[in-house]
Amino acid sequence: MQIDKDLVAASATPLVLAILDEDESYGYAILKRIRELSDGEIEWTDGMLYPLLHRLHRFGYVTAGWRTSPEGRRRKYYAITDEGRSALVDQRRQWMTVTTALDDLWHHVQTPPAAEGTA
Amino acid sequence: MESLEPSIAEWRTHVSQANGVNGHDVEELETHLREQIADLGAAGLSDDEAFLVAVKRLGDVDEMSREFALEHSGRLWRQFTVAQESVERGPSAGLLRALALAVLAAIAIQIPRLAGLDSAALETFYARNASLLVLPFLAWLYIHERRLTFAQIVLAAAPFVIAAVAVNLYPWIPGSASEVVVNVHLPVALWFAVGYTHMGGMWRSHERRMDFVRFTGEWFIYYVLIALGGGVLIALTSFILEPTGPETVQAVLDWVIPSGAAGAVIIAAWLVEGKKSVVENMAPVLTSIFTPLFAVMLAASSVLYLVSDLASEFNREAIFVLDVLLVVVLGLVVYDMSAREETKPPGLMDRIQLVAVVSALLLDLIVLSSMIARIGEFGFTPNRVAALGLNLVLLVNLIRAGWLSVRFVSNKSPFHHLERWQTAYLPVYGLWSAAVVLILPLVFEFA
Repeated sequence: MQIDKDLVAASATPLVLAILDEDESYGYAILKRIRELSDGEIEWTDGMLYPLLHRLHRFGYVTAGWRTSPEGRRRKYYAITDEGRSALVDQRRQWMTVTTALDDLWHHVQTPPAAEGTA
Repeated sequence: MESLEPSIAEWRTHVSQANGVNGHDVEELETHLREQIADLGAAGLSDDEAFLVAVKRLGDVDEMSREFALEHSGRLWRQFTVAQESVERGPSAGLLRALALAVLAAIAIQIPRLAGLDSAALETFYARNASLLVLPFLAWLYIHERRLTFAQIVLAAAPFVIAAVAVNLYPWIPGSASEVVVNVHLPVALWFAVGYTHMGGMWRSHERRMDFVRFTGEWFIYYVLIALGGGVLIALTSFILEPTGPETVQAVLDWVIPSGAAGAVIIAAWLVEGKKSVVENMAPVLTSIFTPLFAVMLAASSVLYLVSDLASEFNREAIFVLDVLLVVVLGLVVYDMSAREETKPPGLMDRIQLVAVVSALLLDLIVLSSMIARIGEFGFTPNRVAALGLNLVLLVNLIRAGWLSVRFVSNKSPFHHLERWQTAYLPVYGLWSAAVVLILPLVFEFA
């Protein structure tokens, strides 16, 4: 199963903010974490993460700074701000509303017998 | 990974050339690429294979550059013009169109003279209609370049038609004060109508509004430069023609000055987008010279007015000059903002801007209190209402801008909020000028 492109785009901001809420991180590690969390089902074009991170930076949701990691790699680290956290809370409320609404409806939807085993 | 260095260098050059991607972005993407290659190498891929997979995963460079450019609207503009040039096979098509429109504007401004108006009638006509004769051609330029739809064109034309009907059909009383006020506000209102076409009809977009602010500032710089050059040219021409008698000189000037001034409006606009890189280097230098100077001047004069009693003697001219000063300073501050790298932390220039905004706020309050006193004493006139309205419009902006500036400088809120406030407020100026043009004369019964 591949997640629909629009859905990937819509979930990008809360995913990135939530990952940064765990701990500060850098682009490559964020993408790895997203693959890990979704068992590779959420596929990003890697390059697209960076414009998103820059946008979050501009909104003041994250801070950014170049640092050298313990293993000697120079990386741009991103960390969430208080403003980013309140944006994340807001995003969460929106997603909860959508998923609750869908949950109420899902059991009306007939699952084709072939797919039932995998569910 | 050493064997890959040439490939990585080549990749870096390729990505650096993409629009909207700057040096830091490339560096960030490169660290990503290298980590990906290292991980894939650890998983057993050969260097070459790992490089290919990593590049593929980063995605199509064109698509990425589009995203970067969308995010950084300052860079978007550059991409926009470059993309357009390549579509039109060289910049010449755009230049030819601009030249043609400049010539049309230069001819249009001469129509009243060709129609045989005498010099007194000509003066009144120009005072009312000069902007109506020229700015439609500028709007036309953007209607073409931004490919506006028919409905958008109608919407863009409406302000020009309405204004032309109003200023020429209103039954002005001779010596009318509201007519003078309207003549001052009309070009401003129409400039915002041009703004609608410049934004390609997408006037709700904050990024487009910021682009328009940037455009306005750079257009002004180019226009002043052209005007200076034109002034020298005219001085030399009249000197050379002097032996032929004053009538010839006057006749040449009557043709050259209005037509030159009208054509330059279009040419300056074309230069802003066509020769972006020139002014892009100059504008930040100019603003960093003048913002501190204006800040000092404003701070000193507001303190002077506060401690002295001079403010109670403000007459009409003084208030007019102070209002112009406030508008110029606010324009400078907003233009500064449009040229700023958004994610930079607050620096010295931001503090200087804060000084400018706070001093402007003080000065605005001083002018307001003096004006309210005048109105209390002598009642409302078109001049006072227009000035009072403008000062209130500026006051609201400056209070919020000052507050957001303080928060930004003390690291409590991102620059983005300040910028958003200014772009959100932009239509207020246009609407206020439009209200002065259309409604104020009705209120004062054209007196």
